[in-house]
Amino acid sequence: MNDPIKHQGQLPGRPIVGMLALGFILLLLVVDDAESTPINPFNAPPVIALGSGEAPSGAHCTQP
Amino acid sequence: MNAGLSLPVRRTGLAVLGLLLVVGSFVTAGPRAALLMMVGLGLGLALEGLRFGFAGPWRVMVTERDGRGLLAQFVAIGLAALVAFPLLASFPDELSGAHAPVGVAMIAAAFVFGAMMQIVLGCGSGTLINAGSGNLLALVALIGFIAGSFFGTLHLQWWTGLGSLPVYTLQGLFGESAGLGVTLAGLAGLGALVYRKSAPDKRRIPRRLWVAALLIALLASLNLVIAGQSWGVVYGLGLWGAKFAQAAGMDVAATTFWSAPAHALRLQQSLLTDVTSLTNIGLLAGAFLAMRWKHNPDPQVEALSASSWAVILLAGIIMGYSARVALGCNVGAFFSGVSTGSLHGWVWFVAAFGGSYAGLRLRPRLLTARSVVATTAGGKRV
Repeated sequence: MNDPIKHQGQLPGRPIVGMLALGFILLLLVVDDAESTPINPFNAPPVIALGSGEAPSGAHCTQP
Repeated sequence: MNAGLSLPVRRTGLAVLGLLLVVGSFVTAGPRAALLMMVGLGLGLALEGLRFGFAGPWRVMVTERDGRGLLAQFVAIGLAALVAFPLLASFPDELSGAHAPVGVAMIAAAFVFGAMMQIVLGCGSGTLINAGSGNLLALVALIGFIAGSFFGTLHLQWWTGLGSLPVYTLQGLFGESAGLGVTLAGLAGLGALVYRKSAPDKRRIPRRLWVAALLIALLASLNLVIAGQSWGVVYGLGLWGAKFAQAAGMDVAATTFWSAPAHALRLQQSLLTDVTSLTNIGLLAGAFLAMRWKHNPDPQVEALSASSWAVILLAGIIMGYSARVALGCNVGAFFSGVSTGSLHGWVWFVAAFGGSYAGLRLRPRLLTARSVVATTAGGKRV
């Protein structure tokens, strides 16, 4: 694990890697679309939570 | 957005791309999703465009006695707290803070997270931002982070069972107003300490970071108002891992964590209905827009040996795992935890900063310092 970093030629530039990252998100959304129940547009939450009268229903990393 | 396009044409294309993301979210998942996508895009633009980060300032505070970025973090958290405390007190049934218990595993995991984020040169949000801005190292780490945070959900109950205190908040301990006062005093005290320890020419927050702190506090507050919960990152990444695992044939819904009603619902429903996923996507896309908006993007990170790339991937996995066990990363636990009064946010910061210190010692043993320094010397916020 103590290998020195060796130059291996030119890596793809930032624009290409950024596009790859966006492509990864697109792949994620395609996989998600196949795995998830379709979104019901008539069951969308209120525009903003504040003043909606509804308890927050989202999940958060602080929840065990 | 091809490099051969003229700058105005490219920028028009980028504006259209951002608009498409917002409109697409609106059409598929409704107005709240569109607003959260806008918040995420705004955070991505602010973090990348103004070079505001978490891991980098922690590193340079130790290595260069440069406290400016860390002081800006305290300012942003304090501003967010000024908004969050009164809102949470006034609308307890509609808004929830990032409150979590302090626990044995949580503290240890925060320490490990801090160490790993100095290996991959980015925290939770930083990994997303850097990947979006075309940093290949961060993209590899992000894939590891997603896998690791999913693995963390599979063992989270065991880890939390090692021992946890009840959830303590400063408003619960001291009262609403005094809780905010204690939070601000704590941030001011830390700020004074950082100011004192910083080199004389590296203790005044530059204008760029003042603007960034203000924008990030504003956007985090909007996240709370729109979503009803604080800004977070890690949950979404673990959910992304769960979606991939499910697609690969794993019965994720049968696991303890993902069979709990709240998590089962998220697993079943589209990511475009998940608050954290929306802002995470916005963060990455916003960073991409900021990177491509520039006339010339920064240079790519330097090439690593194969073993070093493996280290980055493994460090990303450990970082994701530890972030899940630590009940958050720099955003969910530190920024949102402290700004909404959670005691665990303070404990997380102390443990993660200690881990970050250890990570700085560990990194040269895993990756040659010369290349890592060259990476950061390019000015990347990590």
